[in-house]
Amino acid sequence: MATLTRPPRPVLDVSHTPTVVFGNRSIIWWGQWGMMAIEGTMFAIFIATYFFLRTRETDWPPGFALPAMKWGSINLVILVLSCIPNAMIKRKAEKGQLQAVRLGLIVMVVIAIVNCGIRALEFPSLNCVWDGNAYGSATWTLLGFHTFHLVADTLDSLVLTVIMFATPIEGRRYQDVSINAIYWYFIVVTWAATYLVIYWAPRWV
Amino acid sequence: MTPVEQAGTASVVEVDSLQRLEQTWKDPGGFWGWFTHVNHRSIGKRFMVTAFAFFLAGGVLAALMRLQLSRPENHFLGPDLYNQIFTMHGSTMMFLFAVPMMFEALAVYLVPLMVGNRNICFPRLNAYSYYIYLFGGLLLYAGFFTNTGPDVGWFAYVPLSGPDFTPGKRADIWAQMITFTELSALAVAIEVICTTFKMRAPGMSLNRIPLFVWAQTIVAFMVIFAMPAVMLSSTMLLLDRTVNTHFYNPAEGGDAILYQHLFWFFGHPEVYIIFIPGTGIVSTIISTFSRRRIFGYTAILLSMVGTAFVGFGLWVHHMFATGLPQMGESFFTAASLMVVIATGTQVFCWLVTMWTGKVVLKSPMLFALAFFFIFIMGGLTGVLMASVPVDLQIHDTFFIVAHFHYVLIGGAVFPLFAALYYWMPKITGRLLNEAAAKWHFWLFFIGFNLTFFPMHILGLRGMPRRIYTYPSAMPWRNLNLLASTGAVLMTVAVLIFIVNFFWHVKHGEIAGNNPWGAATLEWATTSPPPVYNFAELPTVNGRDALWDASPQQPIVTGLDDDCRQVLMTHVMDADPDHRDEFPGPTPIPIIAAIATSIFFIGTIFTAKAFFPGIILTGIALLIWYWPKRQASLRRRKREIWQR
Amino acid sequence: MKRRLLFGTLALCFGILFLASCHGNQSALNSAGPQAARIERLWWLIFSIILAVYVIVLLWLGTALWRRKTTVSLNTFPPPQKDLKPERGATLVVGGAIGLTVLLLFVILTASVLTGHAIANLNSKNPISIDIVGHQWWWEVRYEATQADQTVVTANEIHIPVGQPVVIKTSSADVIHSFWAPNLHGKRDLIPGYENALWIQADREGTFRGQCAEFCGHQHAHMAFFVIAEPLDKFNAWLANQVSTPPSPIDPLAKQGEQVFLTHTCVMCHTIRGSGAGAKLGPDLTHLASRTTIAAGTLPNNRGNLAGWILDSQSIKPGNKMPPNPLKSDDLNALLTYLQTLH
Repeated sequence: MATLTRPPRPVLDVSHTPTVVFGNRSIIWWGQWGMMAIEGTMFAIFIATYFFLRTRETDWPPGFALPAMKWGSINLVILVLSCIPNAMIKRKAEKGQLQAVRLGLIVMVVIAIVNCGIRALEFPSLNCVWDGNAYGSATWTLLGFHTFHLVADTLDSLVLTVIMFATPIEGRRYQDVSINAIYWYFIVVTWAATYLVIYWAPRWV
Repeated sequence: MTPVEQAGTASVVEVDSLQRLEQTWKDPGGFWGWFTHVNHRSIGKRFMVTAFAFFLAGGVLAALMRLQLSRPENHFLGPDLYNQIFTMHGSTMMFLFAVPMMFEALAVYLVPLMVGNRNICFPRLNAYSYYIYLFGGLLLYAGFFTNTGPDVGWFAYVPLSGPDFTPGKRADIWAQMITFTELSALAVAIEVICTTFKMRAPGMSLNRIPLFVWAQTIVAFMVIFAMPAVMLSSTMLLLDRTVNTHFYNPAEGGDAILYQHLFWFFGHPEVYIIFIPGTGIVSTIISTFSRRRIFGYTAILLSMVGTAFVGFGLWVHHMFATGLPQMGESFFTAASLMVVIATGTQVFCWLVTMWTGKVVLKSPMLFALAFFFIFIMGGLTGVLMASVPVDLQIHDTFFIVAHFHYVLIGGAVFPLFAALYYWMPKITGRLLNEAAAKWHFWLFFIGFNLTFFPMHILGLRGMPRRIYTYPSAMPWRNLNLLASTGAVLMTVAVLIFIVNFFWHVKHGEIAGNNPWGAATLEWATTSPPPVYNFAELPTVNGRDALWDASPQQPIVTGLDDDCRQVLMTHVMDADPDHRDEFPGPTPIPIIAAIATSIFFIGTIFTAKAFFPGIILTGIALLIWYWPKRQASLRRRKREIWQR
Repeated sequence: MKRRLLFGTLALCFGILFLASCHGNQSALNSAGPQAARIERLWWLIFSIILAVYVIVLLWLGTALWRRKTTVSLNTFPPPQKDLKPERGATLVVGGAIGLTVLLLFVILTASVLTGHAIANLNSKNPISIDIVGHQWWWEVRYEATQADQTVVTANEIHIPVGQPVVIKTSSADVIHSFWAPNLHGKRDLIPGYENALWIQADREGTFRGQCAEFCGHQHAHMAFFVIAEPLDKFNAWLANQVSTPPSPIDPLAKQGEQVFLTHTCVMCHTIRGSGAGAKLGPDLTHLASRTTIAAGTLPNNRGNLAGWILDSQSIKPGNKMPPNPLKSDDLNALLTYLQTLH
């Protein structure tokens, strides 16, 4: 073992620091929040666009029936309630409890798939088309944008579930579950905003 | 006492350890190996070379424009080609050169070194963002070379760029190029923020972060909040053009002004995104070459933050001619004037630094000083534009062309050359030639002023912008000829730089670790740095790391050297937090970039590409994310969970 | 020495700017009406302030550089921060500079807002009202009247009486254009789906050139117009003439020319009142011969230019919407004679 001969110097030894951390200590948390900031800004700006277009019309919706409330509202209820298992799975993951996490993931995937199904029913019940008036374009695009995130998280959760069952588990996997739970909260919050805009703005504004 | 102050006793450095580090951190050689690199310096150099190549392309386009405008009623370029060329020039310079160079290239290369770490956060995402940028640029030029280049101006206002008035693929290519370049910038923004906040050398508390790093971090935040607006505006344009939505169609409830609001909500912060890294460079260089710490660190930092915030509230000043309500206009005048205070603060602090320091006039400093002559003139003409009545006369004329070239070239290009002369020795290990640098500087400075100063007068004499020719009866002939002559000088200057670059690779003076006697951490390692950046990871004792270092400044030990283990630190004081492991070389970033490009490019030609494109991208992301068995098992054995 | 050279060069540059810009037609610094005059005053106020600031900053820089006396080595590090004292004097200087900046900006803001108010409209109960509709690449000009048959429709040339307020209402038939006659006022965009209003007034006689100032496609460069300010009686005479319908041509060549017009593609785009042609895709040609230019200010209106334009407008304004018309030479001759009767 070759050594350099030189006077000893002070060192800061970090070998005892953890390798698995959660919350804002973890860089994946930061990456996730960065992504949510970007996508959240997209939502905010698009909603502003929706209302800008509103100011250019006297009737709203212009020449269409109001969007039917049923499926969107069911969606909202399910998503809000799903925060409970979501919170639980996040807590369990941060404690490294494998069985609970595996079960929780299956529950969340089922909820996500059900939501995707409801979403498929929502589009036709909007009572407008994307190529007939800017209102239709804005409504479809907003719903489509949220749907993109919903589907992405559904697939994310599915992949994560398979991984939690089929590959060697290490701390990182629990970090991923915790972060995926945050992404699910994002889906819920952005749905609340989207739902209010699509279904209630035509009725109130 | 901070952990750095508590640092323990001595240890010896093992040479074997350096060899292991080299083994662990190196990127593979060879042709195919090149596509698997995830080292930030490798990717940073690619960003620099590619962005500079686009700069040259944009310059050639500008030269063609100046040739056409050098005489009235010239027939060198017809209207269609001229319109494509000025659109390509603007789009290239703004989307393919300015942001990728000032923000992405410089931040990716320098930030991890300046904060004293081994790589940038999210290395594979970093590589991916480079390929996405490259493919977006190639898409645009592929369009141009097949006569499908966009011809609607770099901001592509609707309805002109909409389906009714620009048929074919031209504007679609432009709009999708935006998607590519913005995705790339957004990814780098996340990496920079994470690196700055979580990966600093112990002891580098928030108020000890170098101003250049702060500049890039502030820009990263701006990118996150500004780029979505242009993503939306261009995607909505694409939707209008491809699937018949009506966002911008006034006949069906859409609105042409909506496009302008969305575009400029991005567009104004965009110019600060380009300019703020320039101020970070100038702060760094003025400090080094005045041989003293920067005066007014806090004031400069707050000014950059202030510029960033206020910069989001100015966008309507690009729309004063559209007939907005007066009250609204006055607000935007006030905000546009307010931002001058922030920039002025930085300028005053720099002046004081030089006044109280001992100035050394080497080439980086020359280019940094040009900022004062050129950017400040541009900024001051900007004050004229903030005033609505005056703006109504000079908007959309060559006066504006003069203004933005003064601020962009003075605020970004000159600082960029300063940065290249300053940091090239670190990148390549050799200094560029000083004599050639002085020729480059003076020719570029004089040429620039000859080209763009007359444009102020042309604008006041009534010459609008974006015209492919002008009547000989108008009094614009001589000044246009003068401007075109200046462009020749600028071209020669840039050629001198390129020759200097190639010369210095073999013949430049060897730089050593710190040829400028500078303060920031990148100068604490060799030139060029080893693949693991630092043989001994540093800790920091003050704002100017090397100047404030104590003789017994501790180094960091305890990281595994048989895997790419990296120290993460706490946000506020950079105390050691945890250790993470970064991925090694892998082809997945370029594979994912190709899949994404198939999706983006395919969908502008046919809706049938949507699902195959998304599925391909999904598969690539799946492979990216899928855990590697050996690595998981190894990490599991050494895991330490947080308490 | 360096300082004086610098200062001198700057003064020269700005002197050039001053003298060079006061150049005649289509210049923002040669106002012919109250709006442009107010704007010009504001311009000079702000310009003086920013010039002074620029000179002061450069003097400050020049002095800072000139003061350095020693050649310093880059090999010695400056002393560490903890050994340095706080710099109160420097803080005062920077603080003072910032304070001065704020003050000057406030002055500019106030002047700007006040000017904006003043030029917003010219309070007038009965302004002359002109509608301008932007087309690719010409200007449709309409003088609305209470009775439909008193409406004047022309193109690319606007007449206004001297000393009277005029309100220009702008809109667009296709893409965004911008109406800009710098001798009279700043610009106003023509935006499809919006109607904007711009008040102008000419205080002296003259012909003022304007040009489209928002990129609108291929021939944006050739979309100019003229505002002709004339005494009220001449204006009224012009207006009365524009309202009238030209009589049917008597000259046999002109009669033949009218037939050429009605039996070729011309009639698919152009209106000539009295002839039966009523299409509105291109400019109204009813009083074509009374206009000084053709093709949106591109060419003087004379027989030769008209011939060239009709035969192949694409070689003059490539990409414009008018197709080439390869007419037989005697047809062309007759057509030109007819068109030249349309005063």
